[in-house]
Amino acid sequence: MKFDACIPQGDLSCKWKTHKNTMKLVAPANRAKFKVIVVGTGLAGASCAATLAELGYQVEAFCFQDSPRRAHSIAAQGGINAAKNYSGDGDSIHRLFYDTIKGGDFRSREANVYRLAEVSVNIIDQAVAQGVPFARDYGGYLDNRSFGGTQVSRTFYARGQTGQQLLLGAYSSLQRQIGLKRIKMYPREELLDLVVVDGEVKGIITRSLIHGKISRFSAHVVVLATGGYGNVFYLSTNALGSNVTATYRAYCKGAGFANPCFTQIHPTCIPVKGDYQSKLTLMSESLRNDGRVWVPKHPTTRDPSSISEDERDYYLERIYPSFGNLVPRDIASRKAKEMCDEGRGVGPSGLGVYLDFSHAMKRLGRKAMADRYGNLFDMYHQITAEDPYTTPMRIYPAVHYTMGGLWVDYNLMSNIKGLFVAGEANFSDHGANRLGASALMQGLADGYFILPYTLANYLASEQLQLLPLDDVAFEQTEEAVKGRLKSLLAIQGKSTPQHFHRRLGKIMWDKCGMSRNGEGLKEALAKIDELEEEFWQNVCVRGDSASFNQSLESAGRVADFLDFAKLMCVDALKREESCGGHFRKEHQSPQGEAQRDDKDFSHVSVWQYPKQDQESSQKGPSSAYAQEHREALIFDNVKPSTRSYS
Amino acid sequence: MQLTFHIWRQKHKDTSGAFNTYTVDGLSADMSFLEALDVLNEHIIATTSDESVAFDYDCREGICGTCSLVINGIPHGGGKGKSGVTSCQLHLRAFKDGDHVTVEPFRARSFPVIKDLVVDRSAFDRIIEKGGFISVNTGSAGDANATLVSQKAAEQAFDTAACIGCGACVASCKNSSAMLFVGAKVTHLASLPQGQVERSQRVKQMVEAHDKEGFGACSQTKACEAVCPKDISAHSIAQLNKEFLRATLAAK
Repeated sequence: MKFDACIPQGDLSCKWKTHKNTMKLVAPANRAKFKVIVVGTGLAGASCAATLAELGYQVEAFCFQDSPRRAHSIAAQGGINAAKNYSGDGDSIHRLFYDTIKGGDFRSREANVYRLAEVSVNIIDQAVAQGVPFARDYGGYLDNRSFGGTQVSRTFYARGQTGQQLLLGAYSSLQRQIGLKRIKMYPREELLDLVVVDGEVKGIITRSLIHGKISRFSAHVVVLATGGYGNVFYLSTNALGSNVTATYRAYCKGAGFANPCFTQIHPTCIPVKGDYQSKLTLMSESLRNDGRVWVPKHPTTRDPSSISEDERDYYLERIYPSFGNLVPRDIASRKAKEMCDEGRGVGPSGLGVYLDFSHAMKRLGRKAMADRYGNLFDMYHQITAEDPYTTPMRIYPAVHYTMGGLWVDYNLMSNIKGLFVAGEANFSDHGANRLGASALMQGLADGYFILPYTLANYLASEQLQLLPLDDVAFEQTEEAVKGRLKSLLAIQGKSTPQHFHRRLGKIMWDKCGMSRNGEGLKEALAKIDELEEEFWQNVCVRGDSASFNQSLESAGRVADFLDFAKLMCVDALKREESCGGHFRKEHQSPQGEAQRDDKDFSHVSVWQYPKQDQESSQKGPSSAYAQEHREALIFDNVKPSTRSYS
Repeated sequence: MQLTFHIWRQKHKDTSGAFNTYTVDGLSADMSFLEALDVLNEHIIATTSDESVAFDYDCREGICGTCSLVINGIPHGGGKGKSGVTSCQLHLRAFKDGDHVTVEPFRARSFPVIKDLVVDRSAFDRIIEKGGFISVNTGSAGDANATLVSQKAAEQAFDTAACIGCGACVASCKNSSAMLFVGAKVTHLASLPQGQVERSQRVKQMVEAHDKEGFGACSQTKACEAVCPKDISAHSIAQLNKEFLRATLAAK
């Protein structure tokens, strides 16, 4: 199969305009004839569903949460980028485009990223009109702040809760359309499979999380906006419900999965405290502006206040004298891990480094520090019972975002016809590393300003028929879904799904986390195989499938993570270079920095699910045997360069 | 540390429920309350033939509004002088070794129990449907800086827009009123120039929806304010009444 990105011809800055002028339209009177399913109600899903309903399409929206307002976009803190140049500091669409593509270590598509930068400005207009209370300056104009690695102020924010406010804006538009009966909303309803006939999506099979009823839904178009798969690591900054099931199921039905090994590890999170831990909490990276990162020169369990200056190793300042504590996320994360691997980590687990504010406290005083970081310090205090005003924070990297996702073309359509993918669930814009404040931008760009155009073009170009719900394809898919639930319930083993999830997370974190090597990845593949075997023999799911059953929900998600994890390892193994968040130990410079290989790896790796072999079981063929395709990345407008920070 | 949990167990909405008691050892003061319930569930699976305890959670960092427990009689369990806490951000440091802890669902006629500690709060979404928005279609917005908003108005809007829709206000209220929830949204949008056009219609429709869902009236005890994890002030209820009066008088 060929993975053609369908990038429009012409100059980079004209591609989207030209494309919009030439795409087909659906006339207002005809739109109500088309049914669209949107799965997921985060920024991408809610904005897409609301906009399509405003245009007049019949929309059905689904989320597993009890309300669409609770999707995990809600937890984003810092802000949203837009090339408004309100600060007058020389920002432009081209600069935002360039920063994003460079930040992604030249592993994303020029045309997609340029379009993202282009529509970024409309997002802010839309959000303000919805009543999103962005920060304002004294004159009442919108305020901006600067964010990691860029030289302009282009980040719009609403205190430390920008994701919440943007999501509530999109949710309010969604609810308005629900009230107008233009959207039928299904909360607490989880997608368990897609119905695909001859390479074209025809509908979905869902399970009600309240009473367990399995339902069939047919549509002309399905949009997956189901988020990322960071929870394959068990511990991450993701919400606990975030899962890979929707995208993994699409992949099992033939959709290509692109760059699954590209994950972002955020350097400043509160460290793990114990085996019971369920979640990691992020501390905004803005703290590195005034905090100094250090570990003791020699391993010790002494209290930090008793460790004198000359016993401390401010390792980022030592290794990267010009960028110091402000090196990019991937580098800060890797170095913290190295320090802990050397046995110099701090805290009860030894997996932590200090982020010390004592110098800034002396320089600025307590009041100024409270103004800058008060809410973060309080949050840290609440979780750890330690006071960062007087004791250095302990931080450690944690999984935060996944740049990989379902492969999509320029129109955000996967290789399954009619299956569109938006937000973190697709792979298209962030390459091998995402810049701060860009996830909110991408989710809303996809939902508000891209899909409504490209989806119409698809609907107008094809002769589409709704598949009747009693069609054999629905029948078979539903049977498969029910069979799978039945087998999970039949195992009656001894260990909870969380038990397996935790073990999977540990394997992935150790072998496919911040740094990877061929040997470790092979080891991980073998270990995951064993764990998967054990899961299917010994998982314990009580209750039944015809009622509210969280343990059944979670078992299904863990089962999908188990196979998907192998795909990540296979991809990481195949990519014999280091780029962005993907660091292969074998491929580093003498200084220990990531070494990209543009000659052999300037491409997107797109994986397809292996064909069913003879030894098929209830869990299907293993992704360890997935087939790789490549989409070459062509850079006509920027020249890939090497990042250097020392 | 060891805790004894008295937990509300209820198979589904049409059955009656009762408290079950479980004693769990090996807990740690650093655990969040929901992590302690995770441990309890592992314990239940290992030592009994019961199903695990159903409870709602998602982000576990205090922002999604999913968790919804009444802990020792207090929604989210924060209690006096300790507002600003969701169930997921309450830590076991707040308890002593050997304590008994009662855990119930948010109780209100308009929040029917789905199972154990899980309730149905879809009434909140239906209230928002009736007016908790500004009617702007995608693409029709003008330039963001064309409308100025004073810092003060933006701050007031933010303070109320911070509501996470958890429903603790309802669970704490003896009348099961959702006036704080409605007041927060009405105040948020009435504070901003963008919200003016639909101002009167919004408050009337939202209050009507609130009453129709079976939520009670406010009798000003401010229990809601005391448990609100986002510190939303009961002033928004006064603001709601003011907006409602303004809208009804304006109609005359």
